[in-house]
Amino acid sequence: MAARIRGIVLWSVSIAVLAFLVLPLLVIVPISFSSASFLSLPIPGVSLRWYETLLTSPVWGRAMLNSLIVGAIATSIAVTLGTLAAIGLHRNEFRGKSLLMGVLISPMIVPIVIVALGSYFFYAPLGLASSLFGLGLAHAALGAPFVLITVSATLTGFDPNLARAASSLGASPITVFRRVTLPVIAPGVISGALFAFVTSFDEVVVALFLTGPLQRTLPRQMFDGIRENISPTILAAATLLIVFAVVLLLTAELLRRRSQRLRGIS
Amino acid sequence: MVADETRNLRASLRRAERRRTLRGLGLTLPLILFTLVFFIVPIAGMLVKSVQNGPMPDILPQTSALLQPWRASAERGVPDEAVFAAFAGELRTASQERTLPELATRLNFENAGYRSLLMATARRLPEAPTGTWRETLTGINPQWGEVAIWAALGRASTRVTDNYLLAALDHRRDDNDRIQATDPSRAVYVASLLRTLEISGIVTLLCLLLAYPLAYRLATLPESTANLLMILVLLPFWTSLLVRTASWLVILQREGPLNDALRWLGLISQPLELVFNRPGVIIAMTHVLLPFMVLPIYSVMKGIPPNYMRAATSLGAPFFTAFRRVYFPLSLPGVTAGCLLVFILAIGYYITPLLIGGANDQMVSSLISFLALQTLNWGLAAALGTVLLVITVALYFVYSRVVGTDGVKLG
Repeated sequence: MAARIRGIVLWSVSIAVLAFLVLPLLVIVPISFSSASFLSLPIPGVSLRWYETLLTSPVWGRAMLNSLIVGAIATSIAVTLGTLAAIGLHRNEFRGKSLLMGVLISPMIVPIVIVALGSYFFYAPLGLASSLFGLGLAHAALGAPFVLITVSATLTGFDPNLARAASSLGASPITVFRRVTLPVIAPGVISGALFAFVTSFDEVVVALFLTGPLQRTLPRQMFDGIRENISPTILAAATLLIVFAVVLLLTAELLRRRSQRLRGIS
Repeated sequence: MVADETRNLRASLRRAERRRTLRGLGLTLPLILFTLVFFIVPIAGMLVKSVQNGPMPDILPQTSALLQPWRASAERGVPDEAVFAAFAGELRTASQERTLPELATRLNFENAGYRSLLMATARRLPEAPTGTWRETLTGINPQWGEVAIWAALGRASTRVTDNYLLAALDHRRDDNDRIQATDPSRAVYVASLLRTLEISGIVTLLCLLLAYPLAYRLATLPESTANLLMILVLLPFWTSLLVRTASWLVILQREGPLNDALRWLGLISQPLELVFNRPGVIIAMTHVLLPFMVLPIYSVMKGIPPNYMRAATSLGAPFFTAFRRVYFPLSLPGVTAGCLLVFILAIGYYITPLLIGGANDQMVSSLISFLALQTLNWGLAAALGTVLLVITVALYFVYSRVVGTDGVKLG
């Protein structure tokens, strides 16, 4: 009896916490379809006018394009460097390894405003301030640890005999990597890439320091919008970003399961 | 003979090991270099900025040099005529070469009136002194006859300074260069640091209270159900921070859904004020950081064999005793990891408090960005950043000792 009551209490608390996590995201979805410009429920009528404003606005279009460019630069650098490093550090024990790992992971931990301030001072004399490429480089440094971690995680299940067998049969190191290692760690590489892309796509503080009006990214555009006057247009953008997050999350989750299956963990 | 071969074998094995380590490091090198150039060097640059003084030694070299012996003297009066003469000469040069505004900006950080004092004096400076230069300058503005302005010039006359770091800790040097607490009406930085720590502490505690039962429930469910519910935990994690902040702004506003629901339930008669104040900041930050608490606790709890609890209860321990004595201690590594992670992330928070909080709920990060982007006081911004970085690195050090850097997991 006591166990049942405990079970009920535990379930109710858990469901309440899950609701706290998810419901706030869902509240803005219906408001973004409102025909009125005030932000409350219930909505007086359904309309797509805010989506029309959003999708036909050159400012939002430009911001979206900028974000995609910066995200692509950041992700490609982070994935290349992070994957190489994860392979290099795997089963490689040496003195100072934990210190090195600590430094390589630190971009995830250091307060973002410090990164922004440091980059602001560092980029200006190099002519990289107010450029999408500069912002991409800063974001790549922030995203690389995610790739390092996800690829390292997939490598822990990787049987090194596979690679040895391939090279003993005469494959060059590059062929071994392309044909044996890469297919096994691919889920880790892709989910690392997703993390790195989201890190860049969502990053606003460094963008506030490093971008001018021409390099305005999507988060920066949203930030200014929320700050000045939060309108249903912003909620329409937010709704699209939630859909985007769901797609990314499900992709990452599928990859995780596939990777576990490939490595025979589950 | 056999010993020789063993030694040879051992040596060649060691060589092979070393080659493998080096090859591995070779693959890691690109990331090390990239992190160094685009992450470590910019941060090191910020640290340097926090002790870098400003342009005075370049703009007024002679005055700067002459002020050093004056600064070293025990009790200071106004400097002697040589300093005045050198200063007057260099002030005119600076004015002609248009480097004066830069210096005036630096001096204005010492006292908000010094920019106009310097600019006005330069405009009215004659070719030759009437009487001594000291009389001429005090004739233009009596402030030149006071110790305060010379002490300020003295503080600006070196290449390295502790002014900014002291200011970031609400201290300053007085006219005799003794360290003193800043006037309470202008002491805002320590208060903002303490506020940041306080908000982070409350948020960490709330996250723990919410995450622990949820993680326990998930860890004791069958794997497939747990994975399904885990998606709900991860969804906010993948959703843009600005989206979540915008949602909370909408939910917490006066006419928002939360106030509507509470009124409909009859719990309140007047709408609660939940945005642009502390409760709003804490609610929204708890929501943003909660997944970072659930994940480490859950991953530790999943490794606790259920038999332990069964054994304890079958030996007669009531559930709560068994939980307290067996399960909870085993889950502590996850709790420590989660709390440290959430606290470290919370003290660097900026966007959510900026958009949802009021003037008295700003974290130290937003103060740093205000100083850097609005007042352009880069030295002070860098100094405050240095203080924040020191706190973070100390906590991160504890984290890597307790949890290890391999322990950072991502869902």
